[in-house]
Amino acid sequence: MRDVIILGGGVTGCSIARELSAYKLDLLVLEKNSDVCEGTSKANSGIVHAGYDAKPGTLKAKLNVRGNEMMGRLSEELDIPFKRNGSLVLCFEESGRATLQRLYDQGVANGVKGLEILEGDAVRALEPAVSDSVVAALHAPTGGIVCPFLLTIAMAENAAVNGAEFLLNTEATDIRVISGGYEIDTDKGTMQAKVIINAAGVHSDFFHNRVVGKEELKIIPRRGEYCLMDKNVGDLVSHTLFQLPTALGKGVLVTPTVHGNLLTGPTATDIPDGEDTATTAEGIAELTAKAALSVRSLPSRSVITSFSGIRAHEEKDDFVIGSPEGFPGFFDAAGIESPGLTCAPAIGEVLAEQVAAYLKAEKKSDFIPTRKGIPNMALAGPEERSRLIAADPRYANVICRCELVTEGEIVEAIHRPVGATTLDGVKRRTRAGMGRCQSGFCSPKVVEILARELGTDPAQIRKNNPGSEFLTGYIKEDI
Amino acid sequence: MANIEKKEFVCIRCPLGCNVTATLTDGEITEITGNTCPRGADYVTKELTDPRRIVTSLVRVEGGALPVVSVKTASDIPKGEMFDCAKALKETVVSAPVRIGDVVLKDVCGTGIDVVATANVEAV
Amino acid sequence: MTKDLVIIGGGPAGLAAAVAAKKAGIDDLLILERDNRLGGILNQCIHNGFGLHTFKEELTGPEYADRFIREAAELQIPYELSTMVVDLGRDGNDKIVTAMSRERGIFQIRAKSVILAMGCRERPRGALNIPGMRPAGIYTAGTAQRYVNIEGRMPGRTVVILGSGDIGLIMARRMTLEGAKVRCVAELQPYSGGLKRNIAQCLNDFDIPLLLSHTVVDIKGKERVESVTIAQVDEHLKPIPGTETEYECDTLLLSCGLLPENELSGKLGVPLSRVTGGPLVNESFETEVPGVFACGNVLHVHDLVDYVSEEAAAAGRKAAEYVTNVSESVPADDEAPLRLTGTNGVRYTVPATIRLSHMEDSQVIRFRVGSNYRNATIRVTAGDRVLLERKKNVLAPGEMEQLTLKKADLETLPAGSEIVFEIAM
Repeated sequence: MRDVIILGGGVTGCSIARELSAYKLDLLVLEKNSDVCEGTSKANSGIVHAGYDAKPGTLKAKLNVRGNEMMGRLSEELDIPFKRNGSLVLCFEESGRATLQRLYDQGVANGVKGLEILEGDAVRALEPAVSDSVVAALHAPTGGIVCPFLLTIAMAENAAVNGAEFLLNTEATDIRVISGGYEIDTDKGTMQAKVIINAAGVHSDFFHNRVVGKEELKIIPRRGEYCLMDKNVGDLVSHTLFQLPTALGKGVLVTPTVHGNLLTGPTATDIPDGEDTATTAEGIAELTAKAALSVRSLPSRSVITSFSGIRAHEEKDDFVIGSPEGFPGFFDAAGIESPGLTCAPAIGEVLAEQVAAYLKAEKKSDFIPTRKGIPNMALAGPEERSRLIAADPRYANVICRCELVTEGEIVEAIHRPVGATTLDGVKRRTRAGMGRCQSGFCSPKVVEILARELGTDPAQIRKNNPGSEFLTGYIKEDI
Repeated sequence: MANIEKKEFVCIRCPLGCNVTATLTDGEITEITGNTCPRGADYVTKELTDPRRIVTSLVRVEGGALPVVSVKTASDIPKGEMFDCAKALKETVVSAPVRIGDVVLKDVCGTGIDVVATANVEAV
Repeated sequence: MTKDLVIIGGGPAGLAAAVAAKKAGIDDLLILERDNRLGGILNQCIHNGFGLHTFKEELTGPEYADRFIREAAELQIPYELSTMVVDLGRDGNDKIVTAMSRERGIFQIRAKSVILAMGCRERPRGALNIPGMRPAGIYTAGTAQRYVNIEGRMPGRTVVILGSGDIGLIMARRMTLEGAKVRCVAELQPYSGGLKRNIAQCLNDFDIPLLLSHTVVDIKGKERVESVTIAQVDEHLKPIPGTETEYECDTLLLSCGLLPENELSGKLGVPLSRVTGGPLVNESFETEVPGVFACGNVLHVHDLVDYVSEEAAAAGRKAAEYVTNVSESVPADDEAPLRLTGTNGVRYTVPATIRLSHMEDSQVIRFRVGSNYRNATIRVTAGDRVLLERKKNVLAPGEMEQLTLKKADLETLPAGSEIVFEIAM
């Protein structure tokens, strides 16, 4: 019997895995997809929230503020991009001031530092692109932006380096209580562990309810659509712009991403199927109309891609974290929706402490807290570039033109712990295919490199999960 | 009673793209309308009596820097033979090096026309 | 390293420009090509129909490219393959080209002149805002063309094509002849942007329906495309509810337009046309940065490669002239150029300005029109003066038009005059 199995390799599961990998434990992460960061974590705003949204006293509030505090050091340890760009909640009507004040009070109560309410002109002085209709805004200087892919992947890599095992393409289908622990059915056989951590995102209600034997949790998959714009308009704003609800309904954000694109979103639609990540014409139209309120001129023509993500909204509207009564050794990290990305480091910290106490686990003396990122030729200076190329000439072979990603970086991404095996995996680790041509030029080359490095045929190379192969055969096979 | 049939064409001899209608009586062209110039009639007549196409395709290469080499029929072949031509090339394999103009398949489908390489592939 | 002339791109434009510059006496030149061979996109355009104007015979893409590759070899024009230009800057009159390759690492060239010949790229799905899922099986037509024609692999079995641009039409025939089933081609506009001969020989020959005024409104499939839903659009190009048809397929190819690839031009601060996405150039194909020239699809997207070669050769000759003048310190003149604009259906002109002092006896002006016209007249005026009128039986957005202006007709115009191109019905 293993010590710990974590269900789900999203940002929450990977954060818990990393924190637990500091202990002497036999640790396994089960992920049904071909890579970590393939569910809710792959399609969200990448915002590190300041912490004024959640009601004081809730888990969300506490973990948000703590997660925000942790992000600076974590990003240094994991060598991932993070920027405290500050956020603004825009208020468009005089009648909204009361709500703005309530957010301010809430933030102060939650312990958010540096909050201030700015008048319209002061907002525009801080952020010139903000539209003239804005009368006031809540300014939160601790708000930030992070890359959700790199955060999740870096935590997974670091956990793996410290001994955590990752079993990908493995779907847990059921769970039951057994003597001294739990048994999990998967599509690759059954497994047992003393501790199960339920970080299964939109499916976390299923595992919780199976363990406790009643329908206690209900996750409502909530779809959010986004538009990503070209880097050439990425400097339209420097802050993350939220909106108070307007006549058009719940607001959307306009933000730079940590990689320099401009992002708008998300919409919020409750859907029956937690895997339905389609975008819709109505959703994108709604999003565009709402985002246009925040800034003087929204560069809608610069959209390079639209996508949608699923949030795991729990009916009772708070995170479910810890062990349900009567089921020691089963730990939930369920209902993790926004600000889940921000909270992930704190959730990892809290749950690791609880699990370690339960298992009476000792800390490792040789835990490695740091991880070095994949070299980044696009951002490297001339000396760094020359040094990398001298060490490995593949760093001079440009594969993705739009984002300037080289063969060296792609090969490195493939051979890392929890390395890339798919095109999406390479894309999220290196940004090859993230640019304005959206992988038109580089995808055939990345397919070729993946096949070569993994010792397989290009026909086996997938976009992500099994069934998403790019090539269907050879020419003239079917004539 | 004569069997009268009408067939529609877009002439591609110039960018004008006339919509040309041919009337066939018992299989014989009896009228051509819609064309602006004699080339339209000529095009339609050719399409109805002896339509021909140059076929471009690929054949596999052994020992080359690339797995396939592009090829074409050295001149146009009957339109009806296009798929048979592609099929004939399915089993054709050439050895690198290949040079532009090399014959990769002689007398394809009995048309008397050769299939020739249209690209160079170096041997490796 | 220093060079008189660096040509960025070894496709049809770069090759023709290099050949012309060399023939005009520039020996110290270098082509930088990112691929591992010369020829650019022509290498994957294995269909025929190239070169009717230039060589008076019908060639395939690789054969057309080979003519220029051989000429460049005979002229001993040097080139570097698998070399990516990553930066372009200025130092006084010199241009600083920074490039990378496995063989040479990262290196800089100080050049007197640069010709931009990087070509164009395809508009991806994201830029089209097509709703639906995001599974495998959605490719731009050019990406599919590479898989099929270069690698001998099939990117799908049952195919729907959105957009009737020439690459999409060509790929309909290529995929069909290689064993795939092409179900239909949907085109948003009420007319095709492709050449008529391609519609006849790539679609009609294979009974592939062309659905004008239709677009994709949904894509289904989690891992791989399972179906594509197509609907008719109204006169505002909006889908009409109730007209949806779902096509089962595993592949969606996109052929929805080409965009000049001007990232490097941007680094140099070269102003671009809002219409073409390419640099604004004068009669010498020189951008607003002196000594930096542009030609081919990086300047504006062409329909026929023959015109690319012709334009690039002119750019090569003019770049050679610039290098000679810079070397001999010929002072730059500050005459106000004639300004060329398109209106009433003429979307743009290349060039955008003409300096009479640099103009040859005649100048070809290339442009595209905004919609289909029959029995129209293209009129060129300067103030009240009609410089030229040319009757055209047919004008189509998919086909590039050209007119020739004579220097003698322009010499009497006041400096800085505006010359207007328009369609008079």
